[in-house]
Amino acid sequence: MMIDNKNLKDKTLGDALRSQGISRRSFLKFCAATASMMALPPSMIPAIAEALEKAKKPSVIWLSFQECTGCTESLTRAHTATIENLIFDSISLDYHHTLQAASGEAAEEARTEAMKENWGEYLLVVDGSIPTKDMGYSTIAGMSNLDMFLETAAGAAAIISVGTCAAFGGIPHANPNPTGAYSVHDIIKQYGDREVEGISPELVSNGRLADKPVITVPGCPPIPVVITGVLTHYLTFGAIPELDHLGRPKAFYGSSIHDRCYRRPFYDKGLFAETFDDEGAKKGWCLYKLGCKGPTTYNACATTKWNNGTSFPIESGHPCLGCSEPDFWDGGGFYKALSIPTVDIAGAAIYAAAGAAAAGVALGALNKNKKQKTISEHSKTTIDDLEK
Amino acid sequence: MSGSSLEQFNIQGSNELTWNVMPLLHQIKHAMKNLLENDTNEIIDLRSIPLAPGEEDRLLEILGEGEVNAQLNALGLSDVIETQYTGVWMITHHNDENEIISRHIEITRMPDILLSQEEDISLAYDRLAESLDEE
Repeated sequence: MMIDNKNLKDKTLGDALRSQGISRRSFLKFCAATASMMALPPSMIPAIAEALEKAKKPSVIWLSFQECTGCTESLTRAHTATIENLIFDSISLDYHHTLQAASGEAAEEARTEAMKENWGEYLLVVDGSIPTKDMGYSTIAGMSNLDMFLETAAGAAAIISVGTCAAFGGIPHANPNPTGAYSVHDIIKQYGDREVEGISPELVSNGRLADKPVITVPGCPPIPVVITGVLTHYLTFGAIPELDHLGRPKAFYGSSIHDRCYRRPFYDKGLFAETFDDEGAKKGWCLYKLGCKGPTTYNACATTKWNNGTSFPIESGHPCLGCSEPDFWDGGGFYKALSIPTVDIAGAAIYAAAGAAAAGVALGALNKNKKQKTISEHSKTTIDDLEK
Repeated sequence: MSGSSLEQFNIQGSNELTWNVMPLLHQIKHAMKNLLENDTNEIIDLRSIPLAPGEEDRLLEILGEGEVNAQLNALGLSDVIETQYTGVWMITHHNDENEIISRHIEITRMPDILLSQEEDISLAYDRLAESLDEE
């Protein structure tokens, strides 16, 4: 039997769910889990139910460039299986190298067809950085990553940079950046107003690249429910969520790992693990001196957690690497402390809460300088750091 | 239910109510007062709170179980349990693979998810009417 794709796409999510025999009660459960996933307050559940009922199935094109497939692995292991299935049933994933069955010309046709049919309305998801030094470093069907990105981005309603490589350049962008890798933001900055050779003129003329909204969802990889949370937010409200100065959704990247860390009280009391096997480590004290980048890293790991909500790196006794921040790979050794506290944090916390806050600000400034210095000197992790 | 993770991580070896458990219990107490005096409901999403290992278990243990223990079978199982504190409900949604997908504390007379929904009643009515017509 032929399936009428046009009619399917015109259906609302409410229609789609009803046609699958999903009860209203199940739908309310779906909305409660969705609110939790999008980090929205539970009071928003009725509004989410109303919006999702009317939501239309958006077309999604997913492009993978210089990446390790870790982001797709993360997404496909999102633990809320039933809910994710419903969401993926309610988006039209028209192109994804790794997940699609088609190959070769048929695969590329799927992309151009989806672009033509949904011009100006589809979501473009990108994982991986884009090489610019030699186009031969990474091509798909003979097309350079840069050309494919510029062509596909031209007709997108919004672009979602998934993973630190797409968001900030990631590991390919790390010194000495042999492929001239850049993030989606950097490419848009560079090519926003320019017509690029090889791109069909009718595709570029309709949209100025620089005006496209870009949502960055960094992490190496990003937390699965954060990826689906951002997609669901767009599906639900037809708009992009509130973003911070780096284009990250504030709902997930609004607080630092440090501020939401359950070990924070140890930091405030000045109780630190000095090595990975000392008494402090065994007692679960703060990992700041072992190089934890929690104070300068913004992500949802401390609350959303990983592996079915089991734990996150700090809970497993390892410092945060800061993988959702720009240039985290070049920010000095993973096991080097951001800076050695220069004030008596324990004393400050006891005598005045404001003292601890001021210490935090001072340390933050010191850390920023140190990060810049290590980036410029291209400091490497040595065996001594690991044995510290 | 609570011991293993506490001992494993040795974060919270004592029985004192510390960290997030105490503030959460106070929040629940205030919400109960609001329900009594102003008839307002409150929902707390436990996923939005940075709980230390063992804290969620500790909270569940303190709230305990009361008179109502309902189970839904809607896109996977859901447990809707009235705690020993009447009006305080623990709602845990599972997916098809029985993994927890969300856990809320609701301070209300009756969680909405338990009520029969208008659309479902209407569809059920049609179904019953149709089967009676066939006979």
